[in-house]
Amino acid sequence: MVYLDHASAMPVDPRVLAFARRYLEEEFGNPSSLYDRGLSTRRAVEAARGEVAALVNTGDPRSIVFTGSATESNNLAIRGTALRNRRKGKKILVSAIEHISVMNPAKDLQKQGFELEFIPVDRYGIVDLTALEAGLTPETILVSVNYANDEIGTVEPIREVGRVVHEAGAYLHVNATAAAGRIPIDLQQEDGIDLLTLSGNDLGGPRGAAALYIRPGVKVQSVMPGGGQERGLRSGTENVFAIAGMGEAARLAAREMADEMEREQAIRDRLIREVLEIEEAGLTGHPTERLPHHASFRFSRIEGESILLNLDTFFDIQVATGSACTSRTLEPSHVLLAIGLTHEQAHGSVVMTLGRSNTVADVRYVADAMRETVGRLRGISPL
Amino acid sequence: MEDRPQIGYSKRVMDHFMNPRNVGEVEDADGVGLVGNPVCGDLMQVTIKVEDDVITDIKFKTFGCGSAIATASMVTELAMGKHLDEALTITRQDVANELEGLPPVKMHCSNLAADALHEAIEDYQKKKKKEAEVAA
Ligand code: FES
Repeated sequence: MVYLDHASAMPVDPRVLAFARRYLEEEFGNPSSLYDRGLSTRRAVEAARGEVAALVNTGDPRSIVFTGSATESNNLAIRGTALRNRRKGKKILVSAIEHISVMNPAKDLQKQGFELEFIPVDRYGIVDLTALEAGLTPETILVSVNYANDEIGTVEPIREVGRVVHEAGAYLHVNATAAAGRIPIDLQQEDGIDLLTLSGNDLGGPRGAAALYIRPGVKVQSVMPGGGQERGLRSGTENVFAIAGMGEAARLAAREMADEMEREQAIRDRLIREVLEIEEAGLTGHPTERLPHHASFRFSRIEGESILLNLDTFFDIQVATGSACTSRTLEPSHVLLAIGLTHEQAHGSVVMTLGRSNTVADVRYVADAMRETVGRLRGISPL
Repeated sequence: MEDRPQIGYSKRVMDHFMNPRNVGEVEDADGVGLVGNPVCGDLMQVTIKVEDDVITDIKFKTFGCGSAIATASMVTELAMGKHLDEALTITRQDVANELEGLPPVKMHCSNLAADALHEAIEDYQKKKKKEAEVAA
């Protein structure tokens, strides 16, 4: 098996599981309980908060709020910030390549009377700073731009984005789900970021925990009222197992990211080189400003789902695609359309995201499998 | 089986995807059907050879997903050797049934296969009518 879909799901690091499983087994107490069983899980949650805060260098760990998923963090960031600040203004700007869990809450707000505008990107997926500047009005309260895009790997010039947004007096939310643990993020340096989404599973932790960094002083309201956990911003008994796992995964990432990403990038670079030797194959996303573990392509005249199936059944290789045929709505990926691909071009998209299990030996195997797959499917294609 | 939602493709779909029958274009086709999928933007081509109103050869080409390839392959199997009248009655439901079901979101692909077949037959019938008119 060559698993190349780490952006969709990461295997839990065995060290993380070994560390966190005690919070499913003996240490099952509710962190809000005052007896010892509770206090020990409270300590575990706070330790995890410290590790997650350290990974992105927030300074104050209390700026980290744990949630149940990156989708939830994005909802809290978009809806919670917009609703809390609606007296200041009602305009929201969102880049055209944001994840659906940013897009949909923003569209939801639009239905509730907020003004929503999409910021275009260039053909590599870099946000158009001039358009951003033009879109910012005194009415604008929130801008959301991803740190890096999970479908095309492009890393945004976040510092410049932050500068422009802050000059206009708006808040900047950054979805760092794909970027965290892959490239260094330093919130003390990148002081233009007000809210930042992090996912536990994307760091190698279990699903069920994610976080939202909220810069001290930024006003956000809860979108999940209840018992008032997480400083009242995210009610619900903490998923201690997943949170502790996310903390441990963050600790390991902080320690090992530089070496591991250098290793994965070397494999990725070779993979891109070999795959691009296939006829009528192209890279999607930015050639250099991209996540180190990320390779994304398009192949003309064939469709992504059949590529995915072919790689899986004949070669036991797992990849992702942005083709319309695989989406619930049967629409091509909005990211691929935003970088200017036609529907037909978006059809043949393939996304490969590397992880710890991948080795240099995979490169030749995957490139050969890709070549055979493309050849077979083009043989069936009428185009 | 009917009341459980289908997860992934059936064995028969995967069989037809992995070993599609009748791929290609028949030479000197008597009828050609080329239809685009309005839903997801795919393309399906069916070419037929006809003798005495019987389909003696049929081939397909598809630019589409796994189920588009499998349904096209299945449609060619169902139509091969059939009288045109009979082939015209093949529906998307027949194709889906023969494939032991399709995920609901993929039913439209089987539409495409049946439509391409029907269009190929109509194309043949139109041509024949024209020939008859010219002869008369
Ligand atoms: S051809 Fe697009 S979903 Fe089947």
